[in-house]
Amino acid sequence: MTPTTGTFTLPARVLHWLMAILIVAMLFIGVGMVASVSARHEWLLAIHKPLGIAILILAIVRLAVRLRHPPPPLPADLPALQKLAALASHWLLYALMLAMPLIGWAMLSAGGYPVMLGSSLRLPPIFPVSPVAFAVLRHLHGWFAMLLFLTFLAHMGAALYHGLIRRDGVLSSMIRGRRKTAPASIGYSGEPAENAHAADAGSNGPDAAERIE
Amino acid sequence: MQKELSVPARRKGNAGSWALIGAVVAVTVAAFGYVGGWLAPQRLTPARLIDQFQRNAGTFAGYRRNHAKGVCVAGYFDSNGQALAYSAAQVFAPGRTPVVGRFAIPGSNPYAPDSSVPIRSMALRFALANGQQWRTGMNSMPVFPVATPQAFFAQLQAQQPDPATGKPDPAKLAAFFAAHPETAAFRAWAKTAKPSASFATESYESLNAFVFVDAHGKRQPVRWRMLPQATDGGGAAGKAGDADYLAADLAGRLAHGPLRWQLQITLANAGDPTNDATKTWPSDRRTIDAGTLVIDATTPQQSGECRDINYDPLVLPAGIVASDDPLLPARSAAYADSYLRRTSEEAHLPGTAAPQPEKQP
Repeated sequence: MTPTTGTFTLPARVLHWLMAILIVAMLFIGVGMVASVSARHEWLLAIHKPLGIAILILAIVRLAVRLRHPPPPLPADLPALQKLAALASHWLLYALMLAMPLIGWAMLSAGGYPVMLGSSLRLPPIFPVSPVAFAVLRHLHGWFAMLLFLTFLAHMGAALYHGLIRRDGVLSSMIRGRRKTAPASIGYSGEPAENAHAADAGSNGPDAAERIE
Repeated sequence: MQKELSVPARRKGNAGSWALIGAVVAVTVAAFGYVGGWLAPQRLTPARLIDQFQRNAGTFAGYRRNHAKGVCVAGYFDSNGQALAYSAAQVFAPGRTPVVGRFAIPGSNPYAPDSSVPIRSMALRFALANGQQWRTGMNSMPVFPVATPQAFFAQLQAQQPDPATGKPDPAKLAAFFAAHPETAAFRAWAKTAKPSASFATESYESLNAFVFVDAHGKRQPVRWRMLPQATDGGGAAGKAGDADYLAADLAGRLAHGPLRWQLQITLANAGDPTNDATKTWPSDRRTIDAGTLVIDATTPQQSGECRDINYDPLVLPAGIVASDDPLLPARSAAYADSYLRRTSEEAHLPGTAAPQPEKQP
């Protein structure tokens, strides 16, 4: 384990913003396709399955990066309840981003559907055919999607709270890879400037907000 | 240090910041609600379509919301290789592909008499050796009444029984047909169509167009049909008082040997409509014989393999893709909703209707 540096590593930041875009897109694709009878239903479904597997692979890589490079600690003056909420919601996000694709895959397997990622790329089933299991997994997939959306909302709201109201460097630690104000216990040396561009690309909103400071 | 920095900042602009955070969250929730249909009550969704089926005929827990009454069958498809020139699908290579199928009649009531509708349907699932599948649901009529999911929904609404009479309101039906002249071809056919005495003697049409894709990626719009070998007509449609003659006829015939259909693929010419199931293609279009469907076994749907299969017409192998027919994604989406409802009922999940005992009402 490398010691914490007060910043998120570049791979952690790239994975965070890439997956943020993919997962939010996935949530909208998911609710959109099941609420549509138009051609949209088909093409959204065609994106949904390979994108889900891409998110699963990225989530595994990200979990490895996270375990190898622990994230910077939260500000020392953050109330204990908020710290707990941050910790719990982060692990809930990890759990859901791993579970959702697996449940989707298992659900199609249980329903007896061929798990097609493209016109001819097929994944093997990971669950025996069972209509009862299909129903349970399909509902779980929907409920967990709602839970993931709510967790995302809380996460986004909290990030903006850190960036706009507390201005404690938590948001910029994921955008720029270093905090404007160091947490009390941690010293830091400036992040190389070339790291900044990678994270900036996918984060116009929060980044722009942060610049108001 | 941090506190010193942030206190003046907190005093200065927090109301605006809170408002901004609230607005970002609210806009995200509203967008999600719109895309997900909760904030778009006018949009036709799969759930609203299936709800209308339930409003029209009631809810029969555990059964398909349409084509509820049927029987499972099994057999195989012997391909002669002739369709391979147009579709790279493995099912069209010379050889045998196992099939699990289902014969049914339209309607949501699994106890409806077989003579209640002049239409029979055949659904098939081809399990290809490469693990891919081809699922198709076909009907014994030349055209579909309507061309779009919205018109289909309007038709279902017009057919909803009036609570006072228990029958659809003739005025509403007349208004629907007046507003939908594309239904004329179907209505002309329905006027003279008689409920057949057998599943075995019917010809089953894909109705919707699909597109075959050959090994080089060349696309050919097609429709297909299963043409029966049995042509004896089956005599008068059922004995008086027998509501379930189709299953008995099928079992009786299979006791004497397998039943066969020829899979005919009709190739569209350039300009033939692929997005309108109310229109037939001219009869001179080239038709190829792709092989023979052999059905050699039947089981009741409660215990047969077909019970747990959603015959989603967009479960297609490489070499067959959907056309631009707007009914296809609607069928796929609505079947998925129906499948979730009936499997949820089978799983006795909370909030679902309880499956009814196996008896005739």
